[in-house]
Amino acid sequence: MEQLIIPAIIAIVVAFFSVYGLTPFVIRALEKRNITVVDANKKEKTMIARPGGLSIIVGIELSLIILYVFFPISEILAVILTTFFAFIVGLIDDRKTMGGWFKPLALAFCAAPILLLGAYDSNLNFPLFGSVSIPLLYMALVVFMIPIMGNTINSIDVLNGVASGFTTIASFALSICLFILQNYEVGIICLCLSFASLAFYKYHKFPSKIFPGDSGAITFGAAYGAIAIIGGVEVIAAIAILPAIINSFLFLSSVKKIVEHREIKNPTSHTDDWKLQTTSENHAPITLVRLLIAKKPLSEKQIGTEIFKLAVFSGILAIITSFMMGVNI
Amino acid sequence: MSLAIFSFIFVMWILIIIGGGLMVLFVGPLSFSGDGDLDPLINSGLKVFIAMILIFIWVFALLKIKNWIFRKIVKS
Repeated sequence: MEQLIIPAIIAIVVAFFSVYGLTPFVIRALEKRNITVVDANKKEKTMIARPGGLSIIVGIELSLIILYVFFPISEILAVILTTFFAFIVGLIDDRKTMGGWFKPLALAFCAAPILLLGAYDSNLNFPLFGSVSIPLLYMALVVFMIPIMGNTINSIDVLNGVASGFTTIASFALSICLFILQNYEVGIICLCLSFASLAFYKYHKFPSKIFPGDSGAITFGAAYGAIAIIGGVEVIAAIAILPAIINSFLFLSSVKKIVEHREIKNPTSHTDDWKLQTTSENHAPITLVRLLIAKKPLSEKQIGTEIFKLAVFSGILAIITSFMMGVNI
Repeated sequence: MSLAIFSFIFVMWILIIIGGGLMVLFVGPLSFSGDGDLDPLINSGLKVFIAMILIFIWVFALLKIKNWIFRKIVKS
């Protein structure tokens, strides 16, 4: 445990400050090249730099490479490679809008390093009841996990600061869970993700100076999914992001097919004081945001706060679950 | 509204724990013997099939709960 402290501090500092320091340069470079998008939820036409995935991937990869130098274990290498491949998929989607099936399929291939390096344990652990060995089923789970996590985080990236803030809360909760389960190495890897997303949140929070784009949101999700697999905490990781899972679930159950989010009708509209209200459009999908504003219109900042409250609640449930992992009934 | 979503998350959490229990207690120990070398493959295949049924029931239960929440919102 003691020998982990110095590498952990170095990796965390690098994760935080590389994103914190690099993002302003990325913002300036994107604005200079006119690679910006309209912030749809602002009254005045505001152009925001997008995508910010580059600074996120640099922060995550640099910190993990430092950890790998100290601890050359296949689990760290698997996260490094999987996250990088997922970033490339996101970047392609940022540059050229692909079909709804492109991302899930391409992200499924990103799980290859985890399988090829054998950086997983085929036992699926559940709270209270122990674990179940499912070798074949688990390989399928690994392949599905990266696209699901990537798209789940990407689908919640709808308002200023939500994707990065949500990832920060969920990954901090998952780090605590991993430390409770005495899986310290993977806990430190997860802390690198937490601090990288926290640093990006500084620029992504309301009012945003940069959007993560698909490359940023998918990088967050893929890193989170890979950590869940190598740490053997798939169930806990899923619990920590339940609000985002609910968002995807509501969306899929109302749209009933996998589509690119740009192809669907906006489930919200604006009031005169520029708050978000639920749309009267019958065919617009049901989402978490639409549920939150079903009763009364809320400002973008208020909705973000509500989503963070839900993230903290599910984070607490994840921590309770990790304590329950040690109890067998 | 938020309270309904908090409840929805809590119910999902309970369903995950119950689903995990069913997997460990019933699906995990299942063993289907038959054709020698093919046994592990048949076992895994049947377990996958049962797991898929459990997931289907889980999603169905969540859909019912979601509809109930929406009806509650519309009424209020």
